[in-house]
Amino acid sequence: MRLLQALSKFAASKSLIRNVRAAFSQTPLTSDTYKVERGNYGEIASEDISIFKDIVGCSHVVTDPSDLEGNNIDWLKTVRGQSKLMVKPKSTKEVSEILKHCNERNLAVCPQGGNTGLVGGSVPVFDEVILSTQRMNKIISIDPISGVLVCQAGCILETANKDLAGHGLIAPLDLGAKGSCHLGGNISTNAGGLRLLRYGSLRGTVLGVEAVLSDGAVLDCLSTLRKDNTGYDLKQLMIGSEGTLGVVTALSILCPQKPASVNVAFLGVESFEKVLKIQQCARKDLGEILSAVEFMDSECMRNVTHHLNMTNPIADCPFYILIETSGSNASHDEEKLGRFLEEVMDAGIADDGTLATDYTKMEAIWGLRERMAEAMLHDGYNFKYDFSLPTDKMYDLVRASREHLKGICKSVVGYGHLGDGNLHLNITCEKYSRDIHSAVEPFVYEWTSRHKGSVSAEHGLGFKKRQYMAYTKSKEEIMMMKKIKQLFDPKGILNPYKMLPDNF
Amino acid sequence: MARVLVGVKRVVDYAVKIRVKPDKSGVVTDGVKHSMNPFDEIAVEEAIRLKEKKFASEVVAVTCGPTQNQETLRTALAMGADRGIHVEIPAADYPKVGPLHVSKILAKLAQKEEAGLIIVGKQAIDDDCNQTAQMTASFLDWPQGTFASELKLEGDKLTVVREIDGGLETIELKMPAVVSADLRLNEPRYATLPNIMKAKKKKVDKLSPSDLGVEIATNIEVLEVSDPPVRDAGMKVENTEELISKLKEAGLV
Repeated sequence: MRLLQALSKFAASKSLIRNVRAAFSQTPLTSDTYKVERGNYGEIASEDISIFKDIVGCSHVVTDPSDLEGNNIDWLKTVRGQSKLMVKPKSTKEVSEILKHCNERNLAVCPQGGNTGLVGGSVPVFDEVILSTQRMNKIISIDPISGVLVCQAGCILETANKDLAGHGLIAPLDLGAKGSCHLGGNISTNAGGLRLLRYGSLRGTVLGVEAVLSDGAVLDCLSTLRKDNTGYDLKQLMIGSEGTLGVVTALSILCPQKPASVNVAFLGVESFEKVLKIQQCARKDLGEILSAVEFMDSECMRNVTHHLNMTNPIADCPFYILIETSGSNASHDEEKLGRFLEEVMDAGIADDGTLATDYTKMEAIWGLRERMAEAMLHDGYNFKYDFSLPTDKMYDLVRASREHLKGICKSVVGYGHLGDGNLHLNITCEKYSRDIHSAVEPFVYEWTSRHKGSVSAEHGLGFKKRQYMAYTKSKEEIMMMKKIKQLFDPKGILNPYKMLPDNF
Repeated sequence: MARVLVGVKRVVDYAVKIRVKPDKSGVVTDGVKHSMNPFDEIAVEEAIRLKEKKFASEVVAVTCGPTQNQETLRTALAMGADRGIHVEIPAADYPKVGPLHVSKILAKLAQKEEAGLIIVGKQAIDDDCNQTAQMTASFLDWPQGTFASELKLEGDKLTVVREIDGGLETIELKMPAVVSADLRLNEPRYATLPNIMKAKKKKVDKLSPSDLGVEIATNIEVLEVSDPPVRDAGMKVENTEELISKLKEAGLV
């Protein structure tokens, strides 16, 4: 069964590779699609290339355009840059030397980890030098007593998790991109993910960050202390600043115990009001063992079963809610879960549901949620939104969008981290068009702003959303951010055209 | 219509990373997640489908083992089995139990319950024995269809498509018969909550092996359990020159 699953995953990924190749020729250049002008940066010359080769070694400087295809385009295939140069350092020292040189020559730099970001923040817009962390994948230390992992920025989340498992630990975050995303990138974007509900945000779990600044100076905040109130907490500036204030080269992160008992329940619900009731019950009955609460609508289920050949484990329902518990005692958790499920079934709040009895089934159920982004990619061009909204109003936006875009778009789906008040709204159409774009935006942003939500809960602003910061942040806040950027990167070479709006 | 007996075994979950005990006497099972043997799940699913198609009158799930095996029975009942039989074996004696005992037990139960068809998984993922179906058939002197990837029942004629090394073999058996389920026989259903609730009320009979006249004694002693040898890591080289120098270093060229 696992073999069949693996084979079908492989088949799906092979077609995805074909799609990337096809899409690359289809995705127009960012500079053609969006109104953006190249900054007053230097042009890369052959002397620069030889200097980079001296720093990292000949074989770690990539200049062949066909080799750079995948690094110039984002995972969603919506933005495409024109970089002709990628450098792959393996140490903080090499990163420092690279940035020192780029600063002297006024060369723009685009730091790149796993390139799994969803807002076009990890790919160049013009000819920025791509600084890849793929070779910086060393685990420096894992302390089983304190639970602290210290590693280089290029460690892939899933790989780190495997090493942590050997010590009875897990990473405090989990997301669908875990097979490719780098921890450095996770930190630079303050990634949220599926377990934020239980383990909190990276702003709490990251204990230390080492970053290289725009002039090559190394800012060593790599502490492993749980508590340290000795001045401004500079690492918080590196977290979530999307590579615009420094390049993260190493990190230390507090990892929780690997739970002895994990359970996954998947419920089918008639209405969003009942979804909210189930969440309330879950909080009350499952309390401290609750580790994830996710929801999706029937349109989501249709897409994921149709495009990825997956099976709905229960009957077709308008809404679905996934509840995961993680604890240290199997029988204790199962008892609590059993009582909770009986309660929601007897009260008629849930219409159908299943409780995964083995790990393979748990993975299959999680797959329905984790592979949603992948499924939507197969449906057409994606307008992807990630909003923080008051939980009770969350689905109203989906309904409003469906109404507003009737006849214009293919699918409008809503899913996300119900427990965190975070909606993922996806709108697909056959092909991108400016008309569809202007129908969708600023409608969704204005709606969110009216309800005092955030226009980017966890995805960040990157390239595609930087102009919308003002929907959620005040003029004074944006002004202060620009002052900080000027302080850290006076020449503006770190990830230009990203995160900060052009005019304010 | 036949009464179908399905054997289900409680094993360490398929996705768990198995660790050998430091004293090499076996693998670590304490505190490790257990579930129904995946092939047995397929067997249960097939039996339930036969009942849904009105080829079987009743599906009885059977498990042999200590108290925890009740969970496995409950899963079978939640999938749709009508009732369960738990042949209780104390935890201390359980390591002695193997396919020989289980097949004797299943054979006796088949006679006691007047079953017309026995379906088990082709093998358990912990011991990989692949012996229970065959021995059960032998004790009962019933025909057997092992490694079934397709099953068709018409009256008392059972057509089984078997997965064999060379491809597929189709055989015809006259009921009563024993079948062992292979991977591609079906995709087991999820146990839905309404059925999980119903399962709590379904009947589970408890027996001991001696009730069936079966003795738990073994002539087999496990001497040692050890990890497979660690595979040496490969290495990447930068260019052909380096490849040649590494090969020379290893004395291979």
